[in-house]
Parts: sequence; structure tokens; C-alpha cells
Amino acid sequence: MTAPTAAGCAAPDQAAPLPASLDLEKETVITGIVRSATDEAVPGAYVRLLDSTGEFTAEVVTSAAGQFRFFAAPGSWTLRALSRHGNGDAAVTAGRGINEVTVTVA
Amino acid sequence: MSRDTALVSVEWAEKNLDAPGVVFVEVDEDTSAYETGHIAGAIKIDWKTDLQDQVRRDFVNKTQFEALLSERGISNDDTVILYGGNNNWFAAYAYWYFKLYGHRDVKLLDGGRKKWELDARPLVTETATRPATQYVAQEPDTSIRAFRDEVVAAIGTKNLVDVRSPDEFAGRLLAPAHLPQEQAQRAGHIPTAISVPWSKAANEDGTFRSDDELRKIYGDAGLDDGKETIAYCRIGERSSHTWFVLQELLGHRNVKNYDGSWTEYGSLVGVPVALGDEPGEA
Repeated sequence: MTAPTAAGCAAPDQAAPLPASLDLEKETVITGIVRSATDEAVPGAYVRLLDSTGEFTAEVVTSAAGQFRFFAAPGSWTLRALSRHGNGDAAVTAGRGINEVTVTVA
Repeated sequence: MSRDTALVSVEWAEKNLDAPGVVFVEVDEDTSAYETGHIAGAIKIDWKTDLQDQVRRDFVNKTQFEALLSERGISNDDTVILYGGNNNWFAAYAYWYFKLYGHRDVKLLDGGRKKWELDARPLVTETATRPATQYVAQEPDTSIRAFRDEVVAAIGTKNLVDVRSPDEFAGRLLAPAHLPQEQAQRAGHIPTAISVPWSKAANEDGTFRSDDELRKIYGDAGLDDGKETIAYCRIGERSSHTWFVLQELLGHRNVKNYDGSWTEYGSLVGVPVALGDEPGEA
């Protein structure tokens, strides 16, 4: 898939490489994998990015390998994953560049 | 309009998958979701290639809409049940469109694809096809569509509802946080717009909140239902979701969706822009 543009608002392929045009000195990428209690990747989970007040900011669906990715801003965020196997949360304090997080659902 | 006429539950949907005169339509921007599994019998509409003009920035005209629905096998008398990913954003956009072109009976599936999937309800991969029809659309009902000059004139007079996330409203982000942030337009919001993110209207599983909860959310945010309302977001699909809530669920009148939204407004030369968390002055 090509780099997302203003043409749409849907989430890009969560497993795709980061677009080459992306400036990691400016972007705050929060990325990771949703795992089950038995440590298996969970594809098709809905991952919600909540801001420091708990307000919803964005949502993506995990890739076949359970991956998700957000382009946020530096600060405190909560990731909340919903899946048919259960739900789970993870907190992250993100800085510029790539921030990796695992969310476990049970 | 009300919840009874504008919305169906997943339980209703599952019982009516084969009902005559009922057509399920999955609407997404990225239709690869449809290929990996969809509700049995549902046809697909691609928000980008089917509903947008491929040259100008506009949506398809009446003739193009008639051709699309005829080819997909939707007739004027069908009950159309729309659903999709992204908490029904694109399905709500399509709903607005079906209303704009005068379709009589169209409804959203409450919770959309997300609720269906989280409930582990069955999905199939066989592509559904329907015999072609001769669909006849009405002239576009522009009473539900706002254009830029109207939006500029609405500053300080009508309700402007910005349904993007708080950080987009304040100008700290230019796009939803699942997208890279580099964009051509200026950041911020239309002065005097209130911030009511679309997500306030939805539960975690994508279903709409109750009418009482919805009334409280918009009332507390300062929406004056005695005034006309224009909803906007970045490209007009999240604001379709809010347009649906205000006009179709809560029965407000004179609600318009500004589909040009921030990608148009934030690129206009000379218009006022407000920064920060407050609506700002006219």
C-alpha cells in the first residue's frame, strides 16, 4: 500500500513498512503487537489510542501478525485492545521516534 | 427520523440476511476487509473509487450514482442496510449520500463491522452479486450538504461542530493519529466551532450511545438545537457519523455535513482559524 494521503481517513495497512517520506525526528510512532494470554499474536483486534484524559483519539485493526501503529505526539497515552478473545490495556509514555508496546488481551 | 427508522441491531440483521427486499452493503475506504470476510449476501461499495469523482474533488453526481446502484443491483424500493469498518464512518457517509439522492429506506447496522466481528458472528468470503436494476435517483438534497462559503458565513451564527479528536481541534495534530501528520493545510479549527469528537457518540464496540446520553453530550457541549448546525471533520466521513446522530437519531432539523471539511477549510486563503482547546471568537 502506498503512503496514506489526505484522500482518505481509513487506517493504512498495519503491517506495511513505514513510508519512506516519514520523518522520525518529527513523528511520534506508537507501534506494537496485541498478544493473547498464551502469548500468541492476535490478528483482527481493535486497538484504540486514548489520550492522557482517557479520550478516544484513534483506532486501528491489527494485521495478520497482530501489529498496530499510530502516529501520535509526545506524551502519555493508553492503548486499549478489544478482541473476540478478550480485552486489555497498556500505558505508554511516548517520545519522538518509534515507541514499541505490547498489549495483552485476556 | 429516529433510532427505530434509521438503525438496525446485529440481532435484527442476522435474522434478516435473506429477507426479500433487504440489501446489505459493506462500505469501506479499504475494501480489502470485504475480501477477507463480510456478512453473507452483502455487496460492497468502495468509498474511494465508487463514491468519489475520480477527477474533481467531489462526490459522484446523480447519473454516476444511478449507474453505481443499478450495476450493484439495488432498486429504489429496497431496504438498504449499510455497515462498515472504522466505526461505520464510511457507512454513515454512504447513508448521507443515499439520503442526499433521495433513497427512501436506508439504515445503518448499529456497531457495524466491529460489533459483528467482536461478537464472533459469521463472515463469508464469497462475493455477492445481484441482478442489475434501473435505479433512479432524485436531484441532490443540498439541505444536508454544506459548502465552504456557507461555513465561513456560519462563524458566530450557526452551530459549528468539529467532530475531530481534541488534538486535531486544538491544532496539535493535523490528522487522526493512525495517519502520518504531514499535510498541506494549516492546523486548528473554524472559529466558534464546538469540539464534540465523533467518538463521544459511540460506545467502545461501535454501537451508538442511547438517545438520552447523546442529548446530554451535545447539550453539555453547548449545541443550541434551535439553530442550524454544520458538522465537519477532516474529509467529511467522521462528520457524517455525527450528522447521522443529530439528524437521524435525535431528530434535529437543519443539520448539514460539510464534506469539504478541514482539508478544504484549512487550505483556504484568508479565512479565520482558531488554535487551542477553546472555540475562539468570531
